[in-house]
Amino acid sequence: MSVFEIIRFAIRGLFTNRLRTALTTLGIMIGVASVIILLAVGNGSSKAIQASLDRLGTNSLQVRSGGGGFGPRARASASSQKPLTILDTVALADKTQAPDIKQVAPIVSTNGTCVVGANTSTPSTFYGTWPAYYEASNTSIQKGSYFTNDDVTNARRVALIGQTTATALFGTSNPIGQTMRCSGIEFTVIGLTSVKGASGFQDGDSLVLIPITTMENTITGNQALSSIIVEATKSTTTTAAQSELTTILDARHGITGRKTADFSVFNQASLLTTASTSSQTFTTLLGMVAAISLLVGGIGITNIMLVTVIERTREIGIRKAIGAPKAAILTQFLIEATILSLLGGALGVVGGLIGSHFTIAGTKPVIVPASVFLAFGVSILIGVFFGGYPASRAASLRPIEALRYE
Amino acid sequence: MAQAEAVDSVVDKQPVIEVRDAVKRYGVGDASIYALDGVSLTIEAGEYVAIMGPSGSGKSTLMNILGALDIMTSGKYFLDGIEISSMDENHLSIVRGRKIGFIFQSFNLIPRTTALANVELPMAYQGIKPKERRARAMVALDVVGLGDRINHEPTELSGGQQQRVAVARALATRPALLLADEPTGALDSKSTADLLDLFDQINAAGRTVVVITHEDDVAHRAKRIIRMRDGKIISDKLNEERVA
Repeated sequence: MSVFEIIRFAIRGLFTNRLRTALTTLGIMIGVASVIILLAVGNGSSKAIQASLDRLGTNSLQVRSGGGGFGPRARASASSQKPLTILDTVALADKTQAPDIKQVAPIVSTNGTCVVGANTSTPSTFYGTWPAYYEASNTSIQKGSYFTNDDVTNARRVALIGQTTATALFGTSNPIGQTMRCSGIEFTVIGLTSVKGASGFQDGDSLVLIPITTMENTITGNQALSSIIVEATKSTTTTAAQSELTTILDARHGITGRKTADFSVFNQASLLTTASTSSQTFTTLLGMVAAISLLVGGIGITNIMLVTVIERTREIGIRKAIGAPKAAILTQFLIEATILSLLGGALGVVGGLIGSHFTIAGTKPVIVPASVFLAFGVSILIGVFFGGYPASRAASLRPIEALRYE
Repeated sequence: MAQAEAVDSVVDKQPVIEVRDAVKRYGVGDASIYALDGVSLTIEAGEYVAIMGPSGSGKSTLMNILGALDIMTSGKYFLDGIEISSMDENHLSIVRGRKIGFIFQSFNLIPRTTALANVELPMAYQGIKPKERRARAMVALDVVGLGDRINHEPTELSGGQQQRVAVARALATRPALLLADEPTGALDSKSTADLLDLFDQINAAGRTVVVITHEDDVAHRAKRIIRMRDGKIISDKLNEERVA
């Protein structure tokens, strides 16, 4: 009795009840497809988070005024705080003291509303800065030009705006060269920044950038900096850059011993770690849900095979009476179960690959190759495992009883 | 009788069936019932034997034992010289496949499977090559007169034709023993006559045939009639009208 022969018997057995075969296969197919798709969604969302953090610039650090934390302790030290100044910024750009810092840009932030005719827009980011900001914050322009150091020196009233702001103020018309009024001051738009997308709750394209000198001269007055953005030479040197800038600012602000620092440093890389950890949790959760549906599909196989064995008791009896050894019966039913899961698994892989082409819950799924093999492999194991019990019941039926069964 | 040695000796000298003191008991202690109560029986090669008896006489139990479908409580059974009373179910299925051709009252063909595939099935389990078993199955179906219906499924055949497929299936393995259990029970008189003619033919060709029946006219086609009652053989004689 060759294995091929038994496989033929198994296939014939499956074909005699097509509807049941199809439904059982569907169960496994859904399980496998959901494993692939849900893991792809999880992977896709973690890829998306990573990409949006990459856009922010992973090798940039942000220095803000005030110690870490909130509450009474932070407020108590506020009186003795020194604000961040342009001089701090210049000190950080010192290549000998801070070899791992590539460039530094000061930021003065304000809240203001821009108006063009009847259109208004309140940019979520309204910064006065200088050109080093572009690279440090990963900002580029899609149209027009950047403002230059010369613009900063002369405090010209020019601005770069983001896509969201441009659409709100100018609609579909070209904003370059047009004027807008922000916080009462008139600016000429000279550049439109490339789309950054949203990061967290903030729209990265609701943006107005103007020279820092213009900001201080016309809107905010000569006040302290809101923050300093620091770009490390490489993403691997951000930690070194962070300790260099801390040393420099500690010295400048007289932070020694037990005195709490009056500034804090935000590291995009550590943000990335947090984000990817949470997206991993998300992926694991999705994977577990999918695994459960695969398990349910497996139980479906057991169920159907048990019904099949009972329904075919008489046939099994006949086969045994005319000389089928136990192993042949066992193998036949085991192969039937395996074919069900193999077929379901293969269709599930196809379904999963197709399903992953669609955007699901705002996420573009990215297939994890390992999940395809894992889901397919597990589905076959499920066939063998969950088909094993019904198969062994079939094989151990006594022919005399099986023949008498109606 | 030194049966163990006889296994390897001249084949045609040994009986096809030799049962000694077969006991089949159901239940234990006082509540036990003897379905077979010390049956001894020898059937030689080429015989045509009918086993008769009313229901409850133990003839079906004897048929199950003879067919290696059931094991007895005590006693010995040599089938074609091989002792099978001590074999386990797995070995018994191999013995059944090679030594016994079954014909059942309810035909017991595999549903949704062609006549040809049904006849080939026992040979498939024996590991006979597809080409050879196809040829043998065709010959067997020709013998029973169904050479033109090899691709019909059981539901497309009449009862008589189904039973003839079953006979072909039994014959194709060239068994030492053709064992029929109430073979005409589900057939009309015309099909019954055809089937009994077929049995005569098969026996005339030298094959051992054992028929279990409760119908007199079926039993009287046999050359030897064994009657049972209450788990015992009450008579065992040659059928004068056939042997003479």
